[in-house]
Amino acid sequence: MSDVSTTGHWDQFMEGIWRQNPVFVMVLGMCPTLAVTVSAVNAISMGVATTFVLACSCLLVSMMRNVVPKEVRIATYIVIIATFVTAVDYIIQAISLALYDALGAFIQLIVVNCIILGRAEAHASKNRPAVATYNALGMGVGFTIGLLALGSVREVLGAGTLFGVSLFGANFQPWVIMVLPPGGFFVLGAWLLFFAWHARRKERQLREAGQHA
Amino acid sequence: MSAEHLPIDQAPATPTGAMIRTLGLVSAICGLIIVGAYQGTYDAVAANKRIAMERAVFKVVPAAKSIEEYLAKADGGIAKAGAETPAGAIRFFAGYDEAGKLVGVAAEGSARGYADIVRVMFGYDPACQCVRNIGVVSMRETPGIGDKILVDRAFLENFKELDARLTADMKALANEIKTVKHGSKTGAWQIDAIAGATITSRAVGRAINDTAQALLPRLAPNLDKIGSKS
Repeated sequence: MSDVSTTGHWDQFMEGIWRQNPVFVMVLGMCPTLAVTVSAVNAISMGVATTFVLACSCLLVSMMRNVVPKEVRIATYIVIIATFVTAVDYIIQAISLALYDALGAFIQLIVVNCIILGRAEAHASKNRPAVATYNALGMGVGFTIGLLALGSVREVLGAGTLFGVSLFGANFQPWVIMVLPPGGFFVLGAWLLFFAWHARRKERQLREAGQHA
Repeated sequence: MSAEHLPIDQAPATPTGAMIRTLGLVSAICGLIIVGAYQGTYDAVAANKRIAMERAVFKVVPAAKSIEEYLAKADGGIAKAGAETPAGAIRFFAGYDEAGKLVGVAAEGSARGYADIVRVMFGYDPACQCVRNIGVVSMRETPGIGDKILVDRAFLENFKELDARLTADMKALANEIKTVKHGSKTGAWQIDAIAGATITSRAVGRAINDTAQALLPRLAPNLDKIGSKS
C-alpha cells in the first residue's frame, strides 16, 4: 500500500471485498458480526448502515485531512463518525421501527466499530477523497458480504427461512442454537475454516505450478 | 516535501488556537449534519411510531374501525390523552366500530421476562368483562423458546376469553389473572403456560394482571363516558 493514490479506484474498491475483507481476513468488527447476524435481513441492514457511516466519515476525514492537526485527529474522527451514526440511527427509525428494534444497541455501537476508525486513521487521513471513499465503500461492501454470509447460514439453519421466506415447509424443526449466540461462533468458525482451507489450497497450487515450471 | 507529508513525529508543533479552531469547525459541521438528519426524519419517525402503536391496538381489538387514546387518572377520572402521561395515570386506547360504538379497550402491560422486559398489548372486551387477544409490543426473549408466545396456538387459545371480571365493589379483579404450569389450568382467569417457556408465559400473565388490576377498576365506572365516539 505504498503508493495507494496511483492504484485504480476499482482496486481500492476490491481490496475490502476480497484481499482485506474486514470479517474474514482482518477479523475486525466482531461485535456486530456475531450479534446481529441472526437473519439475512438484519445482516444486510447492519452492513448497509455501517457502509454508509464508513463512506461518509472517510470522505469527510479525507476532505479535512490537511486542516486537522495531528494532536486532535482522533477526537475529530470520533466526532465525525458519531455524527454519521446518529444520522443513520434516525434514518433507520424513519424506514422501519421493526428493523430498528431488531438491530437494537448495535446501531449506536457502530461508533466504536474498529473498521471505521481504522479506515479513517490508516487510509482516509492519508488519501484523496475519491480514493478514500472507494476504499471505504469496498470495505463496507466486504463487511456486508461477511455479515450476509453469517446471517443467511444462521437463518436457514436456525429458523428454516431465508429473507423471511420459509424454505422447508411447516414440518421443519429449526436448529435453534444457530440463531442463539453460540451459533454465531459456530458459523464464523466454519467460514474462517473454509477461507483458511481455500488460501492454503491456492498456496499449494501455486507452489506446485512453480515446481513444474 | 510539504509539512502534511512529514511523518507525524517530525511535523512542527501545532498552535493551540489552530487545534481549538479545527475542533470548533468540525463540531459545527457535525452539529449541522445531526440537526439536519433529526429534522429531516422527525415526521417519518413519529408517523412510524404511531402506525406501530395503532397496528398493535387494531390487532387486539379487531372489531375496531377507529381508535381514541385516553388516560385513566389516579383520581379515578378519565381524560383524553395528550402527549404526556401524568404520574399514576394509565394510558389506554378505546376502539370503536363504524357506528362509533365502543367495541373494546386496549392497554399495555409489562413485566420482566427471561431476557428483558416483555411489553404486551391486550384487548379488553367490556361486554364479556374478559381479555381477548394479546400482541407483543417488544421483547427480547430467546428465539424459538420464549418468542413462542406470539405463535403457539394453545397459548393464544388462553386469550379467546380470559376472565377479567371485577369484584362486586369494583375495587379489584374477582380473580387474579395468573399463569399456571402447563396443563394445570382450571379457571377461566388462568393462563396455561407454554411447556419450556414458563418464565416468558408468566411475564405475560403478570403484565396483563398488573395493568388490568390498576386500569379496570378505574375504567368500569366510566365506561359510559367513553361508550361512544366523541
